[in-house]
Amino acid sequence: MKEPNPENASIGPSSSPAELSRRKFLARLSLASGGIGALILAVPAVGFVLAPFFERKQEIWRSVGKVESFKIGETTAVKYEDASPLPWAGVTARSAAWLRRVDAGTFIAFSINCTHLGCPVRWLAKAGLFMCPCHGGVYYQDGTAAAGPPPSPLPRYQVRVKNGDVQILTSPIPISKK
Amino acid sequence: MVKRIFNLVRDWVDDRTGLPKVIGETARHLVPHDAKWWYVFGSATLCAFMIQVISGIALAFAYIPSASEAYSTLHFISDEAPFGHFLRGLHYYGASAMVLMVGLHMAQVFLFGSYKFPRELNWATGVLLLGFTLLMGFTGQLLRWDQNAVWSVVVAAEQIARVPFIGKLLAHFTLGGDTVGGATLTRFFAIHVFIMPAFIFAFVGLHLWLVLRHGVSEPPKPGHPVDPKTYRREYQELLKKTGRPFWPDAAWRDVVFCVGMIIVIAVLAWFFGAPQLGKPPDPSIIAASPRPDWYLLWYFGVLALLPHGTEKYFMVFGPVLAGIILLGLPFISNRGERSPRRRPWAVAAVLITVVMMATLWVAGAKSPWSPNFNAQPLTPSIVGATNGPVFIGAQLFHDKGCLNCHLVADNGGRRGPDLTEVADRLSKNQMILKIANGGVNMPAYAANLTPAEMDALLAFLQSRKVQRP
Repeated sequence: MKEPNPENASIGPSSSPAELSRRKFLARLSLASGGIGALILAVPAVGFVLAPFFERKQEIWRSVGKVESFKIGETTAVKYEDASPLPWAGVTARSAAWLRRVDAGTFIAFSINCTHLGCPVRWLAKAGLFMCPCHGGVYYQDGTAAAGPPPSPLPRYQVRVKNGDVQILTSPIPISKK
Repeated sequence: MVKRIFNLVRDWVDDRTGLPKVIGETARHLVPHDAKWWYVFGSATLCAFMIQVISGIALAFAYIPSASEAYSTLHFISDEAPFGHFLRGLHYYGASAMVLMVGLHMAQVFLFGSYKFPRELNWATGVLLLGFTLLMGFTGQLLRWDQNAVWSVVVAAEQIARVPFIGKLLAHFTLGGDTVGGATLTRFFAIHVFIMPAFIFAFVGLHLWLVLRHGVSEPPKPGHPVDPKTYRREYQELLKKTGRPFWPDAAWRDVVFCVGMIIVIAVLAWFFGAPQLGKPPDPSIIAASPRPDWYLLWYFGVLALLPHGTEKYFMVFGPVLAGIILLGLPFISNRGERSPRRRPWAVAAVLITVVMMATLWVAGAKSPWSPNFNAQPLTPSIVGATNGPVFIGAQLFHDKGCLNCHLVADNGGRRGPDLTEVADRLSKNQMILKIANGGVNMPAYAANLTPAEMDALLAFLQSRKVQRP
């Protein structure tokens, strides 16, 4: 049997129009098939990776303590679990907020994230100030920006009192508030 | 006999694969005879990358990329696994070496004008590799899944959120959801272990291919400008006249330098090890002071020192602008003088960049803008009183957070001015104005102090003056 000569495999001037057309067809068939194969693989893979773009977790109320456990005029760190943590989230499923009891029935929950770059602000009780450890942003006790780089006040979370419990509505890290 | 068998095997492999011939020819390609020690940084970067691959694969045998378990596996690797402490150290110092070497390589290529014709794409692929390296450094820091890592992810997401239009989506993608959680670590693991290394392998391959295609640039000589019309011919003539085979005439320097680097990294890894793990990755532990690894400390400094309100523009446009300038450089200037002696602005650009980054790095390491939360109350010997208004004022100075930002006799923070001798430069009225109204970086205390507290604080501050004999 005669072996095909690789020299003749390329499209050369000697190729007939019929051959050219066949090769064009085969080339396009290969590219189109490859494209379909790539799509079959890429769509689910990319969709899986990009899913967080489109997911919105539910927000739920989490109890953070009994009303009487918070003193009027004081600001306290409270911890709670995210709305729907993944089973393997471990301690990363936890969130925190600064809870201020203004009067008998009024509470304000502040985000712990500095509005500059998101670092966790600390409460200096005797000074009545929130202070950021990263770039020195300062906020007054009502959350308004007092000094340093923060461009806006500390975001607030929704808070309510239900059946004697203080509850905070779990919320995303307030990145989008600026 | 042994030699005969070896030759037979070699010939058989050569015949069936063709590889020994290709590898041999590649290894013995001609390089300029005077390309010596300045040229070792590129191969050193590759060598550092291989350290990362080897140590990274070894670490992956024990590391569990799960938000709940990564921290404990890191403790296991560091404290219990044989050589675990050493391997983590290798991976950390290997990363540091890779960043350092890629920086040196880039500076050398820039100063030697090696990015000019016909090596524009060598430079462009190198710039991309620099970006990949920094991204690997950052994602690697996050895989050290402790409190610092968790907050670094939040800070990264905050910055990405500044991108116009799609910022929120990108931040959401970075976190793997609304908050740091189970999906956060796994995506950084995938990026660090699969995606970025794949890009690095691909672009290193392309970079090396381009080096072979265009040859190693000859050391520049003043008065020998690059002319695209004649450069290739002149370069080939130079190689024919004075070129040396890369292996072993030039390669030995790369090997010696790389081995030296490996020894230094191994010594550092053995004696110092990787950074200690911080507190657990619990976002509800508020007492945290996130800091980047050393190679991004300068950026931490930039974000602190920029005028307030301009950060968001810098965070978005800074990296884009830097990328455009670096990638566009060889296309703007691909001909003319290569010698640094005839390119004073190029030398100045490198010096300014180095000095600027070093200054910002020192500032980032000291981070004087960060309040000192560990400031202890001033001792009676510093206060100079154990009761009365001065003593009460000193207590208030601590309790009201003043000491977090101001130094008094080397105690306290450095965000604000040193107040050790404040009474020598400010009058009482000036102090009242400053305390009550605050300033750009100081909160107004008018509503936070009672008149009695203000008087005590003033008494303390007025006692802060030069101690004259």
